[in-house]
Amino acid sequence: MYRYDNYDQTLVDERVAQFRGQVARRIAGELTEDEFKPLRLMNGLYLQLHAYMLRVAIPYGTLSSQQLRKLAHIARRYDKGYGHFTTRQNIQFNWVSLEETPDILAELASVEMHAIQTSGNCIRNVTADHFAGVAGDEIEDPRIYCEIIRQWSTFHPEFSFLPRKFKIAVTGSPHDRAAVKVHDIGLRMHRNESGEAGFEVLVGGGQGRTPVIAKTIRPFLPKRHLLSYLEAILRIYNQLGRRDNLYKSRIKILVDSVGVDRFTQLVEEEWQQIRDGYLELPAAEIERIRGYFAPPAYRALDGKVPDHEAQLRRDFRFARWTRTNVTPHKRPGYSVVTLSLKPVGGVPGDATDAQMDAVADLADRYSFGEIRVTHEQNLVLADVETSALYALWQRLHELGLATPNVGLASDIIACPGLDYCALANARSIPVSQRISRQLGDLTRLLDIGELKIKISGCINACGHHHVGHIGILGVDKKGEEFYQVTLGGSADENASIGDIVGPAFSADAVVGAVETVIDTYLTVREDGERFLDTYRRVGLAPFKEKLYAAH
Amino acid sequence: MALQVVTANRLRDGRVVFLADGEHWVEAIGRSQVAEGETAAAALNAIADRAVAARKVVGPYLIEVIRNGDRLTPKRYREVIRALGPSSHPELGRPETVTAAAQE
Repeated sequence: MYRYDNYDQTLVDERVAQFRGQVARRIAGELTEDEFKPLRLMNGLYLQLHAYMLRVAIPYGTLSSQQLRKLAHIARRYDKGYGHFTTRQNIQFNWVSLEETPDILAELASVEMHAIQTSGNCIRNVTADHFAGVAGDEIEDPRIYCEIIRQWSTFHPEFSFLPRKFKIAVTGSPHDRAAVKVHDIGLRMHRNESGEAGFEVLVGGGQGRTPVIAKTIRPFLPKRHLLSYLEAILRIYNQLGRRDNLYKSRIKILVDSVGVDRFTQLVEEEWQQIRDGYLELPAAEIERIRGYFAPPAYRALDGKVPDHEAQLRRDFRFARWTRTNVTPHKRPGYSVVTLSLKPVGGVPGDATDAQMDAVADLADRYSFGEIRVTHEQNLVLADVETSALYALWQRLHELGLATPNVGLASDIIACPGLDYCALANARSIPVSQRISRQLGDLTRLLDIGELKIKISGCINACGHHHVGHIGILGVDKKGEEFYQVTLGGSADENASIGDIVGPAFSADAVVGAVETVIDTYLTVREDGERFLDTYRRVGLAPFKEKLYAAH
Repeated sequence: MALQVVTANRLRDGRVVFLADGEHWVEAIGRSQVAEGETAAAALNAIADRAVAARKVVGPYLIEVIRNGDRLTPKRYREVIRALGPSSHPELGRPETVTAAAQE
């Protein structure tokens, strides 16, 4: 993985020292809250419902075991013994104090981490496919380009005060696990007719109040032009994006208002001015960064693992876990393991300090010391020898990290909601807990098959409800929690925004409504159809009919 | 007439606090100073403004509460969650309030 050079380390260390001074001045009364708030937000420190919350960046979702141990230490020493992995591949600590935050940032800096670009109207932490480097269908590791974008975007003077926050996601595979079509900019690597790898550039996707699927403004961008082209897009957005209305300030609104053709023309004109300048990426620089993401020292294995086959036959629980939580690796004899942070009745994305320490140890032992965080709020050990899966599974089972539900209906994404978030209108976590308990039976989950339920506690959509196969949005109706249900959303390469089924359900009724949707699907599905396939075939009508039949 | 108390977050650690007698800020809503009527509420606001200036708290505001015997419960569920702690982690709430809620 990427290692800081002196420049990176100095930049992060200096930022810690600056923030330490700013906190001291705030406590001494030299800064008012109005003056201090933007400074703390630039360091990922929010004031939430119950306390300060520190959002720590995990660039493109990749962590070393040493970094994960540090996060465990922070959870134990400065928080209440747990952290929350988010849909942005970051981690949040919910109970930190203002006074101790400079110490936490110093601890993070000691392992090449920080909380920069996790708040404010800047280019945020760039996200990527959590199977980067190991997916069989991958053209190139997207993290190479994420890191290049990180270096370009961090403290970019021209783009530190954009009209609004700006999110970029990169996938190096045709199958999109990074939800690039619902980001401000999505980059999808593919090959052109002559076999050269480059990027399809998608702009103006997003969720929130106005969900939009991104539009392609350039079908193929050679890699050397990546930064100049991004700079051109950001310049047009910075000039023309609205600053007078928070709700219309994202780039998706700009693209919609000027039209995608005109927007593309503006970007291309700007790009012509700067395309062969200092932002051109020399091949040598790409190769230098690629070196940091070189494959680990895999053993030459033939892919035949007789012990594993025998263990699968002997232990049905192991076989069941393997079916959902293990993904094929591009190398023979290796597997990609997803650690579910969605135990039945648990809080999606939460991990205790002890779990984080244990996962760090398992990463050292089984997966070259590296861990991934997924935007679906799970963890991944990406390079596990298939012959070691049984031993790993046994340990994960002891740790409560082997729930065999990845991709199934209880693998729910949920934002923190009103249990923590100052912006939320309703709770998300208890709804997800109740759904997961209701659907806890594994046989039933397997029968239901792939089903992505995503829950947000407000219209800002941190829980990605718009792109859930079943989406749930918490709303406040005259002081009571209600939940609006959407169907048919998807965040992959065939992305779609879910359709609202009808009037919202009360907190008591929403879990039953999800049950009704699932039962309806099971009734009308045809052989081999996943929920989304069925929905796309039959549409809203049969679900709506069942949901509101008694009303 | 509506009953109101003042809540805020403590500057140094961000914890939810309520304005109690003697210009103290406490974590238990039950010990809040209760204002009945706009004049009394304005008086609490004035105390809160001084606490902001003195860097004790951040973002104070009035919330409506319901009195039931010795108990004070916020009217809005958002404020109930603030007063009790996250409902998804009841063990992390404040002991006195969690105990009170469990007795309901």
